[in-house]
Amino acid sequence: MTVFIVRRLMQSVVILLVMSVIVFLGVFAIGNPVDILISPDADQMERERAIRALGLDLPLWEQYFVFLRNAAVGDLGRSFVFNEPALRLIFERMPATLELAFTAVVLSLVVGIPLGLYAGLKPQTATSKGIMAGSIVGFSLPSFWQGLMFIMVFAVMLGWLPSTGRGQVGSFLGIKSSLFTRDGLAHVILPAINLALGNAALIIRLTRAGVRETLLQDYVKFARAKGLTHRRVVGVHVLKNILIPLVTVVGLEIGGLIAFAVVTESIFAWPGMGKLIIDSINQLDRPVMVAYLMMIVFLFIVINLVVDVLYSVIDPRVRLQDVKG
Amino acid sequence: MSQPTLAVRDLKTHFFTRGGVVKAVDGVSFQIGKGRILGLVGESGSGKSITGFSILGLVDPPGRVVEGEILLKGENLVGQPDERLRAVRGNRIAMIFQDPMMTLNPVLRIDTQMIEAVQAHHDVGADVARARARDALGRVGIPSPEERLNAYPHQFSGGMRQRVAIAIALLNNPEVIIADEPTTALDVTIQGQILYEVQKLCRETGTSLIWITHDLSVVAGLADDICVMYAGKIVESGPIDDVLDRSLHPYTKGLLGSVPSRNKRGSPLAQIPGMTPSLLSLPSGCPFADRCPRVQDDCRAALPPMVEYRPGQAARCIHPHVEGRA
Ligand SMILES: Nc1ncnc2c1ncn2[C@@H]1O[C@H](COP(=O)(O)OP(=O)(O)O)[C@@H](O)[C@H]1O
Ligand SMILES: [Mg+2]
Repeated sequence: MTVFIVRRLMQSVVILLVMSVIVFLGVFAIGNPVDILISPDADQMERERAIRALGLDLPLWEQYFVFLRNAAVGDLGRSFVFNEPALRLIFERMPATLELAFTAVVLSLVVGIPLGLYAGLKPQTATSKGIMAGSIVGFSLPSFWQGLMFIMVFAVMLGWLPSTGRGQVGSFLGIKSSLFTRDGLAHVILPAINLALGNAALIIRLTRAGVRETLLQDYVKFARAKGLTHRRVVGVHVLKNILIPLVTVVGLEIGGLIAFAVVTESIFAWPGMGKLIIDSINQLDRPVMVAYLMMIVFLFIVINLVVDVLYSVIDPRVRLQDVKG
Repeated sequence: MSQPTLAVRDLKTHFFTRGGVVKAVDGVSFQIGKGRILGLVGESGSGKSITGFSILGLVDPPGRVVEGEILLKGENLVGQPDERLRAVRGNRIAMIFQDPMMTLNPVLRIDTQMIEAVQAHHDVGADVARARARDALGRVGIPSPEERLNAYPHQFSGGMRQRVAIAIALLNNPEVIIADEPTTALDVTIQGQILYEVQKLCRETGTSLIWITHDLSVVAGLADDICVMYAGKIVESGPIDDVLDRSLHPYTKGLLGSVPSRNKRGSPLAQIPGMTPSLLSLPSGCPFADRCPRVQDDCRAALPPMVEYRPGQAARCIHPHVEGRA
């Protein structure tokens, strides 16, 4: 297992390197920040000084190697706009995004697994059919539209919940999060539900499919033939088997939630990384874009590793080996 | 004669499918005494497994037991609430399945799967249940049972997994074990060992055994009595030697003809022509009529009744292989 993890971390370095090239080229292709950053009234001298100060006078490959050299010591560049280290900007916004994504994942699990179990165990009932129809809706309605509807209904019409921003931040065991205050919770509910809906729909469908399939297995019938209670058959024999696909998908979804919280954060003015990246794209703030994308790549790598390890914990047939490539 | 351990009377289990009613089990009766071994034989699809599941109350929709009685020491199990049946399953009647690769849950350790089987029926601690599990593994010939308890199913071979399943069936000292083709998926040598051991264990403990198989040669050396099933019905039943040596029903004869043996070496194996009829649309007369070499016009008129042609040996046939008759 240790060998496996070390090997995986080494592979990750290669992936990060490859991604950095792609990201660098992609960001370069979006546009020239000079046009936005420097006021049109500036004279030629001023322009050139600014370009040199930002390091934009060097050829692209040289810019890349400067970036790599700095990255090796943990410096991913300074924001053109804020003139602050890009990483610090990202880390400042990260807790808000993680908190939102975490709440959304918990919500989608807490809602998705029981509903999926029910729909899988009693597929013929009207409730099950309603759940499945609902999951299709949750799946297919565009996230931004759902978000706007939430704001209209719960914030504007009913006035139950605030519609924008992050609430008061509390502290618990040294962790700072808005989840620890009432005001914070009230603020996080709508965006978290908005972010969770598609994911919950996916978990419902996955759980239901898993239950349907597992119930047909001989080992479930054998478990019943042993005289186990229905509760134990479902809660242990069925559930433990459907956890295997669930962990994989949920793991990947967490990465997705963090990366694609952009839409939700924009709608609810949630001060997270998503909003930062949108702003940086608008202002062609290259270092922030690059740093953000590299962070996301890194996150995916870590999540995949955790999923693989979890996988081997849940499924005894899986041995973590040095898979080549 | 004392009360049979298990008696099945006119059992009917039907599946209500979109295409119509599938009469998987249609009027099956048999009984089995304490410590006896009953062979239930028939082609695949003849309703053997469904008979077994019916006894345990494990028939899933769209199927259900529509008629008949299942008497365990005189108490009828048909129509009992599920909690009552749950207390019987795995405790007084246990079942072993065909494919040992599929019967154990792949993600649970052997000890978990055995301890839960004990605790489902007895209010004992995990340590007591575990000790009992270890003893049961020892009894079915699994080496170093204490260590093997901590293993997962995939760490066992097919034969060893079937032994584990048998150990689980034995855990609560059931009165009846239903073994549904437990050796079909195994190598011949392992088949022999398992057959021998199950027989020995049942004789020792006085457990009645229903051994389901499609292979007559398997039950030949094992069972006391035999029931031959065809299209959801029992077509011949009786003591094993009588049924094998002096079969009444042409179907039984046909099955015997298709078993390879020494004295028939070199000649092609006999086959029963045709296929099992669809259970959706059985003919009104004898279901075997279309494949029967002895068929006559009156066979198609009405379903033949079970007739006891010799003491203890009955057949559902109006033109059986009986001396002095056509
Ligand atoms: N879920 C089901 N739906 C419809 N028919 C079924 C179902 N399960 C079993 N049957 C029918 O019951 C018949 C007997 O099946 P089974 O008892 O498994 O046969 P076998 O003698 O091979 O064990 C099959 O031929 C099939 O037509
Ligand atoms: Mg079968």
